[in-house]
Amino acid sequence: MAGRVEGKVAFITGAARGQGRSHAVRLAQEGADIIAVDIAESLPGMDRYYHGATEEDLAETVRQVEALDRRIVASKADVRDFDELKAALDEGVAQLGHVDIVSANAGVFAFGDKTQDVSDEEWDLVNDINSKGVWHTAKAAIPHLIEQGTGGSIILTSSTAGLKGTPNVAAYTASKHAVVGIMRTLALELAPYSIRVNSVHPTGVATDMILNEATFRLFMPDREHPTQEEAAEVFATTNALPIPWVEPIDISNAVLFLASDESRYVTGLELKVDAGYTIK
Amino acid sequence: MGRVEGKVALVTGAARGQGRSHAIRLAQEGADIIAVDIADHIPLVEYPSPTQEDLDETVRQVEALDRRILARKADVRDREALAAVIDEGVAEFGHLDIVVGNAGVCTIQDWEHVTPEIWDLTISTNLYGVFNTVQLSARHLIEAGGGSIVLTSSAAGIKGLPFLVPYVASKHGVVGLMRAFATELAEYNIRVNTIHPTGVDTPMGGMASSYPPLLEAHPKLGAMLQNMLPIEITQPIDQSNAVLFLASDEARYITSTELTVDAGNTQF
Repeated sequence: MAGRVEGKVAFITGAARGQGRSHAVRLAQEGADIIAVDIAESLPGMDRYYHGATEEDLAETVRQVEALDRRIVASKADVRDFDELKAALDEGVAQLGHVDIVSANAGVFAFGDKTQDVSDEEWDLVNDINSKGVWHTAKAAIPHLIEQGTGGSIILTSSTAGLKGTPNVAAYTASKHAVVGIMRTLALELAPYSIRVNSVHPTGVATDMILNEATFRLFMPDREHPTQEEAAEVFATTNALPIPWVEPIDISNAVLFLASDESRYVTGLELKVDAGYTIK
Repeated sequence: MGRVEGKVALVTGAARGQGRSHAIRLAQEGADIIAVDIADHIPLVEYPSPTQEDLDETVRQVEALDRRILARKADVRDREALAAVIDEGVAEFGHLDIVVGNAGVCTIQDWEHVTPEIWDLTISTNLYGVFNTVQLSARHLIEAGGGSIVLTSSAAGIKGLPFLVPYVASKHGVVGLMRAFATELAEYNIRVNTIHPTGVDTPMGGMASSYPPLLEAHPKLGAMLQNMLPIEITQPIDQSNAVLFLASDEARYITSTELTVDAGNTQF
């Protein structure tokens, strides 16, 4: 049976691990070839929260996609550097022939300070990656999609923090709201080309980004070394469904739906995968 | 392995159009079906009413997929009749996992020509009927340990559309039902979501003959009916693919979402 995205090529940022790797693997399972990029190095300014992705992580994504007998072109690239990002995508298109699906997934999560205490450096870091990087990703891909003339699907990773406020997470919340603005604008601009643009809005996802002691302390500021088990109880109170967090596969299944022709007339949608976080 | 293998789905308004398409799509992916339709004359609507033959054809198409289907004539406004079908279906198939509240009616007229009869027909079918569908099936979903409820709203459930006052009101009301039930049923692992179609190529969607004179008289409003993507109308399968996604475990943590399958209509 043909896969749900058989014969398509997907461009995925932040593909070394976490949700990005899961998207790459899930789309490959359903027949897509992959153009993967990741900064694949530690970011000064982020180390106090969680560790950065590595080249070994990116190599593991390559291994898992190739194990599915799909092709993958993976490069180290920083979404903040448009020329570098464009070169990575163009190389992928040169090797794989086209690009049909864009998953702008690369992002960072910084948190903990009152809004008035966030440093300029941290504000710029978060917004440059999460918002400007998403714009760069679309900007690099759109000329390919228009020139191909076969439509396409662009999926931007926002967050529940792209739909409602989150105390002490100002830079991230602002950056993820900005993603919705980019999505809505692109949906209007690209509809005449049958290019669809949608966003996904995860609640907490079980990846390195949140399964770390620094994030647990955001929810339990009084504990010096909160455990994952303790954190699970507190996280569960934020969702309406009785779970602490979702798994990367849950976001990937939403991305797959939006990437496939099953959603050929879905555009401008904020697709929440949030276990009811935003209704509480 | 189908995407809803082994599940049982209740579909209202299943005789034809989107409802039949949902029944078939879910059956293709492994579900057994409890199908409900009024299958009788509906007063006041411009398009032909669904018939027993239509419902029989849904049965034929589901059975051709080697899935089981229990189909009954019932009006979603008639709680006793609806409850009887649901209970019979659950007794037959053993459990209920998916509920698709799809039955609905639509009439086109300007605001001055909405009669009390049109208002009552629309609100009682599209809103009270959906309430009945959810309330009367939720206990079965709880017993099954969770489930997915998908309610058919409309682009007209998110924005105003001209010459559809009762329809717009009812479809906005469906969003309210969805949000309210989503909060109360979350603790049972029951997810509740809406889909929001733009025009769909069905007997109801093909009734647009009332529109031209109204749009001629009010030309500014025609743009509100336009799709952003370069298509005139969607197909039932497009709505069914969204229903399937929400019904399946792929969407196991998606609740209280308004899933637009509207070619961008609500973005205009």
